[in-house]
Amino acid sequence: MGKLTISLSPHVHSGDSVQNNMLNVIIALVPAALFSLYAFGVGAAVVMLTSVAACVFFEWAITRFILKAEPTVCDLSAALTGLLLGFNLPSNLPIWIIIIGALVAIGIGKMTFGGLGCNIFNPALVGRVFLLISFPVQMTTWPEAGQLGAYTDATTGATPLSVMTTAIKSGDASVLSQLPSSMDMLLGTYSQGGAGCLGEISALALLIGFAWMLFKKTITWHIPVSIIGTVLVFAGLLHVANPVYADPFQVLFSGGLMLGAIFMATDYVSSPMNSKGQVIYGVAIGFLTVVIRNFGAYPEGMSFAILIMNAFTPLINNYCKPKRFGEVVKK
Amino acid sequence: MKTFRIGGVHPEENKLSADQPIKVAALPEVAVFPLGQHIGAPAKAVVAKGDKVKVGTMIAEAGGFVSAGIYSSVSGTVQKIDTVIDASGYRKPAIYIKVEGDEWEETIDRSEDLVKTADRPDLTPELIVEKIKNAGLVGMGGACFPVHVKLCPPPGAKAECVIINAVECEPYLTADHRLMLEKADQVLVGVDLIMKAVKVNKGYIGIEENKPDAIKLMTEKAQAYPNIEIVPLKTKYPQGGEKQLIDAVIRRQVPAPPAIPISVGAVVQNVGTAYAVYEAVMKNKPLFERIVTVTGKSLAQPSNFLARMGTPMSQLIEACGGLPSDTGKVIGGGPMMGKALMNIEVPICKGSSGVLIMNDKEAKRGKASNCIRCAKCVSACPMGLEPFLLATVSAKANWEKAEAEDITSCIECGSCQFTCPSHRPLLDNIRIGKQTVMGIIRARNTK
Amino acid sequence: MNVILIAVIVLGAIGLLASLVLFFASKKFAVHEDPRIGQVSEVLPQANCGGCGFPGCSGFAAACVKAADGGSLEGKLCPVGGQPVMEKVAAILGLEAAAAEPKVAVVRCNGSCQNRPRIVEYDGAISCRVANATGAGETACQFGCLGCGDCVGACKFDAIHMNPETGLPEVDEEKCTACGACSKACPRNIIEIRPKGRVVKGSARRVWVDCVNKDKGPVAMKACNVSCIGCGKCVKVCKFEAITLENNLAYIDPEKCKACGQCVNACNVRHAIHATWEVPVPKPKTEDAPAAAPAAPKAEAAVEAPKPAAEETPKAEA
Repeated sequence: MGKLTISLSPHVHSGDSVQNNMLNVIIALVPAALFSLYAFGVGAAVVMLTSVAACVFFEWAITRFILKAEPTVCDLSAALTGLLLGFNLPSNLPIWIIIIGALVAIGIGKMTFGGLGCNIFNPALVGRVFLLISFPVQMTTWPEAGQLGAYTDATTGATPLSVMTTAIKSGDASVLSQLPSSMDMLLGTYSQGGAGCLGEISALALLIGFAWMLFKKTITWHIPVSIIGTVLVFAGLLHVANPVYADPFQVLFSGGLMLGAIFMATDYVSSPMNSKGQVIYGVAIGFLTVVIRNFGAYPEGMSFAILIMNAFTPLINNYCKPKRFGEVVKK
Repeated sequence: MKTFRIGGVHPEENKLSADQPIKVAALPEVAVFPLGQHIGAPAKAVVAKGDKVKVGTMIAEAGGFVSAGIYSSVSGTVQKIDTVIDASGYRKPAIYIKVEGDEWEETIDRSEDLVKTADRPDLTPELIVEKIKNAGLVGMGGACFPVHVKLCPPPGAKAECVIINAVECEPYLTADHRLMLEKADQVLVGVDLIMKAVKVNKGYIGIEENKPDAIKLMTEKAQAYPNIEIVPLKTKYPQGGEKQLIDAVIRRQVPAPPAIPISVGAVVQNVGTAYAVYEAVMKNKPLFERIVTVTGKSLAQPSNFLARMGTPMSQLIEACGGLPSDTGKVIGGGPMMGKALMNIEVPICKGSSGVLIMNDKEAKRGKASNCIRCAKCVSACPMGLEPFLLATVSAKANWEKAEAEDITSCIECGSCQFTCPSHRPLLDNIRIGKQTVMGIIRARNTK
Repeated sequence: MNVILIAVIVLGAIGLLASLVLFFASKKFAVHEDPRIGQVSEVLPQANCGGCGFPGCSGFAAACVKAADGGSLEGKLCPVGGQPVMEKVAAILGLEAAAAEPKVAVVRCNGSCQNRPRIVEYDGAISCRVANATGAGETACQFGCLGCGDCVGACKFDAIHMNPETGLPEVDEEKCTACGACSKACPRNIIEIRPKGRVVKGSARRVWVDCVNKDKGPVAMKACNVSCIGCGKCVKVCKFEAITLENNLAYIDPEKCKACGQCVNACNVRHAIHATWEVPVPKPKTEDAPAAAPAAPKAEAAVEAPKPAAEETPKAEA
């Protein structure tokens, strides 16, 4: 018999691991990834593979050569960041831009803060926003869905978001008739105007992923539901007040809103730690997104809204405490 | 189905010995009785080397009000008063008794006849408490708080009901389960006695739904006691925590310390304690034996024993087929709150509810990595605390922040560490923080 | 022109008003602080280590000024700055500095990996405080060093380090300021702050019992090769009554100890007394020789044992 081990209780563990959680999120992204392949073909495959490979490589290289620490690529967080970054890019983006995005996401967004768990901002969004500001033209010309064989040579088209912005700027509500129906946007079956980033095409595929993560208890419902609820209410009020603002369901299913609400805002590291804080965070993201989309310079506001609220997360954590046992009022 | 309202986890149950009837364990050759087996002042030895004792003879008296006497579980000669390594891993004073025969004190009623409360009209609440005190009874759930102290509510507090903890939420352990199946009548009389002692006429017995046979049997037997209600509870850890059980059964939450269960009118006792109360009051039998589950996946025959106090755990393990060669850890108690033992010669004490054997693989913790701030510990915490934060501030010795974040409310159930995907030693650090902060608070109050 | 003039006048008036308010406020709410506190603070090291027993350097400065008003700086010592700083402080306050002995932290455990067999394995947070709560530690000694390095983390001066071979902390005498942070961090109270001792041939001579085990002899002996078993030989041999025996453990009072080294030679079986210099072994008389021989096998294992061990070992083999 070997030596006995002594340690404090508990002596058993749920068997959960970081890798397991990351894997569940990646599995939840599979329906959306398949749909993007169906919509964008080769371009989608190239963008996703480059992004994932580059993120994993940079994480490995930085831990190995700069931090001289044990490589952490096995926890799959870099792969997940890569996949999410890819989902936020147009399918005709040149490879070298994707690699720069991955370097910024992992190098600046994550490793400078000390690696997984220490970053303030969502790394994939840091990468995406960096690219959006540095390469505005490439990042805002999206190919039309359905060109399966094309990559950088694909024909580009208008996205639902740009149609909405045009309507607001011109003050002409009839422009909105160019938008696909909200049902088409949910399913991703566009007959016209179906352009956008990889992960934004089918809201339904994203919702399937949400259901999976809820089922596996990877995330709780608080953040996505509060974001979606706020967007519906706020965009609905605007639509009622002035019809140049689009129908709330069209707002909800367009652009990166669903992707952001379900996968980006719920990033463990940069979101608040308890349900009360998560609801506040979600409501604020929903509100900011609609404000930026309708009154700001950019047609898309999700990334900015999430990054802004990431900065407020420590503050929310500090002031929002879970309900302590014993505080419950006697019933 | 009822359960507590905040947090909780559901570890694999692994009740391997649930259908093993209670076996009487053999007498040890030498029985060892540590003097500090309970919360409060250690007992003081009243025997000396060479004294002859019988089964049930008092060998150490209570060292204060919050303390309990210790009674010999064997007959024989006091060999020495020395030290022994107990479950805490430290050497503590203990009495060694060499076993000779099995001669019981004449006052103990050894018959199997059931004595009901109605048969003994002479029992006043004061007499019951006195008898409990004189039997050295402590809570049998593991915390070992002297029973008579709990049955004397502090001035101003009034008990409204008695709640019996029969949930046995720790994985692996089956001692309480077997006790209910085999001694249901005695347990109910014991509950009745506790209710009488604290002068209430409502009693609840909370049982988790993973013991349907016990729920069925107890419900049938409780027909005769209109004041006792059997409450089936949803299986969830840590339902056996006093505060969680009160919340689950009567929907009241005990406020943060210094409030205690009696503040919301509840007196909580373990089902094993109820049985011991029956024996102490009706049979004059002091607390010197208890039911111990000896279990583990690698063990040849997981079993439940009725073991005398002072029996070395190694003897019980031997009776289950011996210690497997791949043993990596031996735990006194359950896997969630038990103590890992330094060696297997540790004697069975009043609070030893089980002995759990783990193999090398199960024994090792996973490698800790960075906190990914997933907040699973926050959702698992049954006290509504933020374990990740408490562990960090404790590790950084920021005691003021720890106190402000209510570290003293922690019940050390281990749900946070159990659920942590990064395998962080959360509870290790929180425990130290809690101890230190409690010390600071005590020092401040005595100033 | 007019606009500029108006702006100048308005701003000037506001400024004047504000300065008046500030002036009266500073008079009204002035807090008198002894200017000497500031002066004393300036000469202190500003490490804010708390080693002096006061909350930070400014707290210590205030305490010094208060003590100086009482006429003496006795008992006040900045362990970091030591005597030179205290002399400066005394000069500012117009007093003689109280002579204070330089001190150093000593680790009173020699239970290295060879001396103290590991009987169980510890698995938990790397913290002595946690290990201490888990049980006696990896060895059978429930008083000795746990080896997780809480003292190393507590040191602000990089003066204490774990030796990976022995698994014990070692104090760097040059860097140690005797602030006592390591001593407070140790859950087992193994580290003691002791006077550096008298300097002979360029090195300070001090002697201490290198063990804190209070168990009875047989238990202590089984747990560790170099534990103090409370035999009392050292007590008998000490001419200055500096050694006391309590709870099976000897303790050398640094105030009375003259660092003669007699006790080191007396403890030639367990080698539990540590000296910072090589204590010469007295020429063994003929009748002593057989008594020393049985001690030798144990001495083999003693790593830090002073010279005698090394000399006796070959004798036993011969």
